[in-house]
Order: sequence, then C-alpha cells, then structure tokens
Amino acid sequence: MASVAAKATRQAFGEALAKLGEKHPEIVVLDADLAKSTKSEIFAKKFPNRFFEMGIAEANMIGTAAGLAFTGKLPFLCSFGCFLTGRYDTIRLSVAYAQANVRLVGTHAGVGIGDDGHSQMGLEDIALMRALPTMGVFQPMDALETEHIMNYLVKEWKGPAYLRLTRQNVPDLFPAGAKFEPLKLMNLRKPAHKGGFKIACIATGATTAEAVQASDQLASQGVALSVWNAHSLKPFDSETTLKIAADANLILTVEDHTVIGGLGTCVAETLAEAGQKTQLVKLGVQDTFGESGEGFELYEKHGISAAEIAKKVNQLLRSEGKN
Amino acid sequence: MVECVPIMTDQELASVAAELRIWIIEMLTEAKSGHPGGSLSAIDILTVLWFAEMKGVSGGKLASDRDHFVLSKGHGVPALYAVLAKLGFIRPEELKTLRKIGSRLQGHPDRVRLPIVEASTGSLGQGLSVAQGMAMGLKMEGKSSRVYCLVGDGEVQEGQIWEAAMSAPKFQLSNLCVILDQNNGQIDGHVNEVMPIEPIANKWEAFGWNVIDINGHKISEIKSAFEKSRAAQNSSKKPTLILARTVKGKGVSFMENNIGWHGVAPKADECARAIDEIRKASRG
Repeated sequence: MASVAAKATRQAFGEALAKLGEKHPEIVVLDADLAKSTKSEIFAKKFPNRFFEMGIAEANMIGTAAGLAFTGKLPFLCSFGCFLTGRYDTIRLSVAYAQANVRLVGTHAGVGIGDDGHSQMGLEDIALMRALPTMGVFQPMDALETEHIMNYLVKEWKGPAYLRLTRQNVPDLFPAGAKFEPLKLMNLRKPAHKGGFKIACIATGATTAEAVQASDQLASQGVALSVWNAHSLKPFDSETTLKIAADANLILTVEDHTVIGGLGTCVAETLAEAGQKTQLVKLGVQDTFGESGEGFELYEKHGISAAEIAKKVNQLLRSEGKN
Repeated sequence: MVECVPIMTDQELASVAAELRIWIIEMLTEAKSGHPGGSLSAIDILTVLWFAEMKGVSGGKLASDRDHFVLSKGHGVPALYAVLAKLGFIRPEELKTLRKIGSRLQGHPDRVRLPIVEASTGSLGQGLSVAQGMAMGLKMEGKSSRVYCLVGDGEVQEGQIWEAAMSAPKFQLSNLCVILDQNNGQIDGHVNEVMPIEPIANKWEAFGWNVIDINGHKISEIKSAFEKSRAAQNSSKKPTLILARTVKGKGVSFMENNIGWHGVAPKADECARAIDEIRKASRG
C-alpha cells in the first residue's frame, strides 16, 4: 500500500454528499444498515428527513430508489458493492431498464478491504455494472477526485450510475488546481521522451496510488513508467487509450477487481477493436477469490502493490531485452 | 384539485370490463403469445381502479397531482394496455402491435417506451418496491396522490415482496394500496401446491397492513374496498392490502381455473368462442 494515507474515498463521498445536499433538495439517500460504513450517515445526521434506513434488504432499497427517482428525487443508495451486485436482477430491471435516475454507491471495493475476507469484497461489480445498458460506472482514485465525480453525478449525469469506493485510506493524487475532465483519462506521470521499450500504466481506484508510487520508485532507478488514471470505466475513454497505445510498446493495467470485465477488459476491447497491436498486461485479481488478511498483504499477493508493479515492469523490460 | 372522473354505475363498469376482456383476447390472438389467465383475472379490478377510483387519469390526460399505478405482475400487461386504450392513452389500433418489433407495447411493461406504465416490471417481486418509492416521494412532496400496485399471488413467493411488506408500514405509507390478485394459479400449477402462501391475509396483517378481503370480480366490492382505503389515508398510518379473490381466466369458460392458459395465446377459433361467450354473458 502507498505510504501516505489521506482519506478513504467512502469518507470523501459521505462528506461531498452532505455538502451537495444543501443546494440540491432533490437528493435523498437510502442505506441498508451500513450507513456507518458507507458514510451515508454524514448526510443522515444533517438531513434526517431525506434519509431512509431500509434495513438489511438491499433489493427493496434498490426498487424503492427507482420509485423515488420517478417522483423527481435524486436517490443515492448505499451498501457494499458486493451486496448491491447480489441484487443484480433488481438493478437490471427496476433501475437500468427503466433508466431510473439513481446513483448506486458500492463501497468496500476489492481485496483492499482486508480482514473481512471474500464475502465482503466487491470484486466483480465493475464487470456486472458495465454490462447494463445506460449504466455509468465511476471509480475515483482519491478524495478530491471523489468530490469532482460527485459534483458531476449530481449536476450533469442523467440516468443510472454506479460509484465504486474504497474502505481503506488512499493518498491525495489529484494535482492541486488541475481541471477535472469528466470521462477522460488523466495523466499523473509522464512518458519517457527517449526511445526504447516504453510501458504505459493505466490504473483505477485505490491501485492508481500504487502505480504512481511504482513509477516514482522506477524513476529513481532510471526507468520510466507513465501512469494514467481511469475514473470512468463506462463510458470508457478509448480515444486517449489509443493515443497512449500509439506511444507505448506495452500497456499495463492495474485494478483491485477481477481482470475479467474490469479496466483491463476496457483497454483490451479498445485496442482490439481499433486493430491496435500494442501488447497488454492486466494486473488485478486473476480469476480467483479474495481472502482475509491485511489489505497491503493482499495487494502484494495479487501483484497490485507498488513494489509488485515495479517488479513486474522490470521483469517485462528484462524479457524484452532478451528478445 | 384534479377533476373527478365521471361517475359510472356498477353495470356500466361491468360492461366496460366485458369489452376490455374482448380486447385482451383479440390482442393476445393477434400477438400469438402472452398471458390470458392473469390478464382476465385482473381486468375487473383494473377497470374499477382506472375508471372509478384513480384521480387525474381521465380523458386521455394526466393531471400533475394524479394517482399512480404500478403493475408488479408485469405479465398481466394486456389488461393494462386494454384499459389505457379505452381511456384514450393509447390508440385502440395500437393494441394489435402487442409484442411486435418496434412496438411501445412490450410483452412486459416498459416505462421508457411507454411512460404511463410507470415502472418496468416482468421480473416478479420488484414492482411493489418501486410503488413504495413513489409513495414515499409523493408523501415527501406533501401531495395527497395515491399509489396503487397490483401483485400476483404467485408473485408473493418472491422474498422482495416481503421486504417491501415490512418497510411500507415503517414509512407509514397510507397512500399506498396494494391489490393482491389471488387467482391461485401459476405456471407450474396451483399456488398452494407450488409453494403455499396461506394464511396470506394474516401475514399481511402481521406485517402491519390494513387488509380488506373481497371478491375480485364483484364491481361493488372492488369499489367499496378502494373507497375504504382512500378514506383511511388520513385517519390511518397503515398501507392497505386488498385481497382480491379472483378466477384465473375469468369470463372464458374453457380458460377459467385452467393453468394451461397462464401463458398461451388463443388460436383464431378459440378467440371467436371466447368473444362469443363474453358477449353473451355481458348481454345476459
């Protein structure tokens, strides 16, 4: 895990929601007995009449949110990501097919949550949500980007959207004063100017910090690794991806999610459909289950920690050198 | 205030229901697929609801403070399309497009193509939660509008129904009225053989609902149940469940209580026989 622990994106979400609630009376919030964990309780305390505690009954919460949306409200419904996707049929029909203006907020993304183990980890939520027509899928890398995405989801986005958030703290990465460009990849570490075998890294969520830290470690060894952050998995910024691919020999994707259907798949689809032959290596949870342990241990184990990413880059460069 | 719908007598409502039964049979025959059994069991309820009970939905126009309806048992949608056509919200000719490519009249309700159906349903168990959310939203706005929701008796085997049954009393949704179309039939057999739901009235009562038990084909009983529920909106905090005892395939002798007619469309000769029967019964 990256060393500088600033804030969990769930915390930044809770704060942004309570702030947005002031100027947006249409916002209502629903939770299923996890308000303390999802941080929707910040809104609940400030606007008790616009908060609905639905108990441990996620499907009913999802359908109820759709109904509230049909009366002109902007509902944010909150739970762990895995418990929301567990009620996929209700999301599919009552929300997505009906194009209900609902924000589904899934916290506790990935193996990064640590000790609670597989049953509480959102590991396939991006893949499932991406598969639903009209559903936007967003994942911030840090607190400030969470705030930007929240503004976007309240003021601009229409229709259903899924927001994926971390349990654990993540360091501040969004450059101070930088402009938030919705739906676009953001460059955080520049590519090398010189020739040679170029690797570009695209990361999302908590793993973006790991990629940035890996890039900084590699830079001190004289190795360049450009890093891009993807806050929108759907719509996915294929235009920038293809530009990155045109300038790189290999793209490395990093995500705390299964490599089936997540960020790596977004990039694979983009490259293949454009006939772009840049090699792709997908780091993430490799079609396996999560388990209990410290978050940083699991990041090491699944090869998505800064050290493991740096190791992977060196290994790729070495094998390229041998060819 | 919304305009009141023109007052219709029980007999006039019964004759509208008979005409809509014919439309249901005709549109299903034309579509060559669909669900006659549960459409015919629900049509008397829907006729009274839309022609005598709901406010702000008359004359092909929707008032802003109107009442709302969600068809949770989405497969019964031919009955709703017939009602909407009779009320002028869709053209009667459009009924022929049911289940055909490009039609707004999807096999199950689709609120994007046809907004007046309010909720997209067809995966059973979901519509009641949506209706609840609408009732909550309207209540927050201080509106007196009511939300009606028709659920099937097989549908209450779904767990999500009981999640909503538990939450609507918590939120004191006396503006929510659920009608349970108890026709005792589902695809694999009789409801109480497939998965018993009894004692169903006691269950809803225990969850905190006002339960009104009626014959779901008797216009006067349906009317009075709706009146009681509306009258209780301000005096009671409880939502209402109208337990409507119905007959699957009601009005067509060879379809009545015959599970085989749950999801099979009539052929041309069956259509003619069915219409003939409905006409004769209506005249008699």
